[in-house]
Amino acid sequence: MAKPKVATTHMAGCFGCHMSLLDIDERLVQLIELVDFDKSPIDDIKRFTGPVDVGIIEGGCSSQENYEVLKMFRKHCKVLVAVGECALTGGIPAMRNTVPLKECMEEAYLKGPSVVDGVIPNDPDIPLMLDKVYPVHEVVKIDYFIPGCPPPADAFWQVLTALLAGKEPVITYEALKYD
Amino acid sequence: MSQTQKSVIAGIVKKYNKARHRLMDIARDVQAQYGCISDESAKTIADELGIPFVEVIDMVSFYYFLSREQKGKSVIRLSDSVVDRMSGNREVAKAFEKAAGIPFGGTTADGAITLEYTSDIGMCDQAPAALVNGMVMTKLCPEDVPRIVDGLKKGKPPGEKAKDGVRPDARVDLNLIQPGEVIFSPVERGAAVRAMANLSPEEVIDTVTKSGLRGRGGAGFPTGMKWSFCRKAKGEQHYVICNADEGEPGTFKDRVVLTEVPDLLFAGMTIAGYAIGAAEGVLYLRGEYGYLLSYLEQVLARRRHLGLLGENIAGKEGFDFDIRIQMGAGAYVCGEESSLIESLEGKRGAPRDRPPYPVTKGYMNQPSAVNNVETLCCVARILEKGADWFKAIGTKDSTGTKLLSVSGDCKRPGVYEVEFGLLVDELLDLVGADDAQAVQIGGPSGSCIAPKDFGRKICFEDLPTGGSVIVFGKNRDMLEIVREFTEFFIEESCGWCAPCRVGTTLLKLMLEKVIEGRGTKADLADLENIGETIKAMSRCGLGQTAANPVLTTLKNMPEIYRARLKAEEFVPPFQIDKALADGIAIAGREPVWEEEL
Repeated sequence: MAKPKVATTHMAGCFGCHMSLLDIDERLVQLIELVDFDKSPIDDIKRFTGPVDVGIIEGGCSSQENYEVLKMFRKHCKVLVAVGECALTGGIPAMRNTVPLKECMEEAYLKGPSVVDGVIPNDPDIPLMLDKVYPVHEVVKIDYFIPGCPPPADAFWQVLTALLAGKEPVITYEALKYD
Repeated sequence: MSQTQKSVIAGIVKKYNKARHRLMDIARDVQAQYGCISDESAKTIADELGIPFVEVIDMVSFYYFLSREQKGKSVIRLSDSVVDRMSGNREVAKAFEKAAGIPFGGTTADGAITLEYTSDIGMCDQAPAALVNGMVMTKLCPEDVPRIVDGLKKGKPPGEKAKDGVRPDARVDLNLIQPGEVIFSPVERGAAVRAMANLSPEEVIDTVTKSGLRGRGGAGFPTGMKWSFCRKAKGEQHYVICNADEGEPGTFKDRVVLTEVPDLLFAGMTIAGYAIGAAEGVLYLRGEYGYLLSYLEQVLARRRHLGLLGENIAGKEGFDFDIRIQMGAGAYVCGEESSLIESLEGKRGAPRDRPPYPVTKGYMNQPSAVNNVETLCCVARILEKGADWFKAIGTKDSTGTKLLSVSGDCKRPGVYEVEFGLLVDELLDLVGADDAQAVQIGGPSGSCIAPKDFGRKICFEDLPTGGSVIVFGKNRDMLEIVREFTEFFIEESCGWCAPCRVGTTLLKLMLEKVIEGRGTKADLADLENIGETIKAMSRCGLGQTAANPVLTTLKNMPEIYRARLKAEEFVPPFQIDKALADGIAIAGREPVWEEEL
């Protein structure tokens, strides 16, 4: 029987959640035996190869590309899990939400104290920015949430193993963190 | 800042005996003098009082009617309650914007006029209304506006001077439609206080307890019990505080009481002082009713002259009691008793943790009895006419009468004094409301009921109310009303605790989704969940009732929500077109999608 598939992605965040996932240490070996990774920065597969059982999303939705990735994940994954502060609430990147996008771009690329001859980058390959950073559940239906900044490795482990075993995931008190 | 300004401010601070708890009065006076409380003024106040600068700013920044920046010479504050909107205040707003040439929130370039919205100003029976430099103007229509704006530009004060020179010179109709036997029957000045003088304080409390009188603010706490707790509490001083900060949208009964029977109220406060052993009473008057201040001061002066205030009141040796009026500065939350006390002490009106309750640690940390205007008026009557007389009116657990402020879609808006136990149907007949699809009982913090509940009784046992009754005719969009009420709570939340601060905005966003026709069944479940969380987890009465517009309509009129739902299981609040609009404009190109989504 083919192993269940897991996909992960990183959007507007710091990759800390992925680092925390890797922090399950030697249990990684066990995980690799349990699952195959599909699209994920861990194996650098860029496109979905087929249906996936569990999709893990780190980071908020901040750009046209993030939106596209989210829609793709929803399309290909049976179960979607949002992980970490940024995916759940927008997190640190959402601090820009109080400032209009134009002002943000100008501050970063034109007016910033270290900018010399600045220009707002506008290559056709650069995804367009959204007006705000959105929590992912406002964009697509999310089935489970793992809070934390980042969530502890144990929280990842508990949720993943439960989902793969077809059980309802429960995060133990010790692993349920909001910071 | 000039040396003169410094010394003027120092003089103001000195006028209030350099008392920290009079910061509100100090700030109001400084603003009256200089148009705002600039940082420099605030520094001077802080130095004179010997408190940190931020404490002054903390207070000043909290209240709508205090400003850190210079506003226009004339400030027009258009009342923006649900009833004002139902009465066409947005057309009036447009007329103001046109006449002044600025949008709301702005000040004209010559610094002559500032336009602002404000929460309910207690004139729902004569909406749309506005405060023009603190002066109340009612029943405004767009045609009035050019004349008002023109006059202000020429430096003419708004409004007409009342002819008798005693009544406040504002354009306010009394609208006392139905007087009753408790509050609005003729007052014989001094009768209640003389009756009190024949009793011991304990006997006064007993009489009030026997009458079954319950607090008229809405919560219905037995007044006799409150006083007895307060009397027994140990402290250096005891205080009587009268809450005349009626900010609940749709309520204006205190306005009519203060205009018609202020003597009854001051008698009630005096009796309360006698009962709990206080020498000082404070009337906290909402800033919006500033036009009543000089009139009330005159009434107080007359009572002092007649020996009904001051020393050895009504010949009672050793009973000294006086009343001062504290003006508020526009903050709904200050109607909550612990916020009101904070405000009285010259701080921002943030609610306190309870316990300790005000009866043990209230104003200046001393035992304080905080009572509603109407409650204290009842007390005066009870002393005058007896507990049994009072008890015979109303129902078993709700004795006496209740003042109702009725507004909205009805023929005869105004104040009605009714016996407790009146059916909603009977009330609707009384006020001339034939096609009501819903009635908001007790303002946004109360409950919204549908015709199936019009057979219910207005009393503490069934439908308790602080007195606000807003009628919605069959053509009103109820979801829009719920949204506006929710917006009101967002505005008025003090921001201290997250359930109220964040939750109210979440409610609004979800409501808007439903109104736009993008809501789902799951959204209704979420609305209820969040509403219940706000109710259970908030710190004070404001938060605990902020979800009521949503929760009571979900319960009593679910069809208004269901009619707009989408069949889909999930519809995201997110809309890609809206979210991308800015990005497209900045980059000057359309998005290219990698594949079919």
